[in-house]
Amino acid sequence: MKVFFSNIKFLFAGMLFGAILIKAEVISWFRIQEMFHLQSFHMYGVIGSAVIVGMISIQLIKRFKIRTVNNEAIKIIPKTYTRGFIYGGIIFGIGWAITGACPGPLFAQIGGGATVVVVTLFSAIAGTWVYGYLKPKLPH
Amino acid sequence: MNSLIEFIRQPWPWWVSGPLIGLMVPILLILGNKPFGVSSSMKHICAMCLPANISFFNYDWKKEIWNLFFVTGILLGASITWNWLSSQQIDINPKLISELSKYGISNPNNLVPAEQLNWQNLVTLKGIMMTVVGGFLVGFGTRYADGCTSGHSIMGLSNLQGSSLVATCSFMAGGFVSANFIVPAILKL
Repeated sequence: MKVFFSNIKFLFAGMLFGAILIKAEVISWFRIQEMFHLQSFHMYGVIGSAVIVGMISIQLIKRFKIRTVNNEAIKIIPKTYTRGFIYGGIIFGIGWAITGACPGPLFAQIGGGATVVVVTLFSAIAGTWVYGYLKPKLPH
Repeated sequence: MNSLIEFIRQPWPWWVSGPLIGLMVPILLILGNKPFGVSSSMKHICAMCLPANISFFNYDWKKEIWNLFFVTGILLGASITWNWLSSQQIDINPKLISELSKYGISNPNNLVPAEQLNWQNLVTLKGIMMTVVGGFLVGFGTRYADGCTSGHSIMGLSNLQGSSLVATCSFMAGGFVSANFIVPAILKL
């Protein structure tokens, strides 16, 4: 129960994000095709403006040493670069265009009633597992 | 109250929805020092359900459980919003719609091309390519790249990490090739 109450705020944050994903239309397979056919500015506008707001937010957090609600210092740990960012990135990009969904939208599409996407999500989890299994043998 | 709901229900321009996505970055940091990201949730599910002695899944997933609350929330929030707070109209470029009509896809107001991607078609070659194969590439690729559009393109770029720019360019390169060459080939099946 303690785990539930200490994490419930992240359920609400997720609900907010799920709602925004729907309103931003980035969960639409058609929006993804449009983006990769350069037929609409919509996706570029969404991602670009999200990055600008995220960037300003992080700068403000650092500048004013804003703390968490539990009064901890905010720490951002950067990811460690490997060549996997390129190989994996290209593989993910191919899947992104086929499914019309990155991981967040997979959950959102299911919530939006495209129940067949459950199969896609399970397969993505299987892909994650196979990566973990093959990791020692893959170039990084 | 009704006018507020009507206001939310209409389609939002990118310059409203994009900045709101960006705000998820400080919201998660301030709520509990969490880096914005979604694809790790699938890693935690593997670690929880089938770690199989693989060192990649051998960590205390309970410490990362916030991420599973977060993705459960995404599903719930999307469901409420799509059903009650959305016009379910998406303004897609007519050029794309006419291209897709060749493949029997006509309704761009679905989240997925429902004429092709549905339970009836699941066990056809096309259905398997669009769900099982596509999904596998998303899961495998995001873990190999250590992040997805949220973790790299939004969170990483917001934190000015060069490596996330490399990852984002790779996502886009794969996507351009796939949407223009692979997706049409799958739809022709």
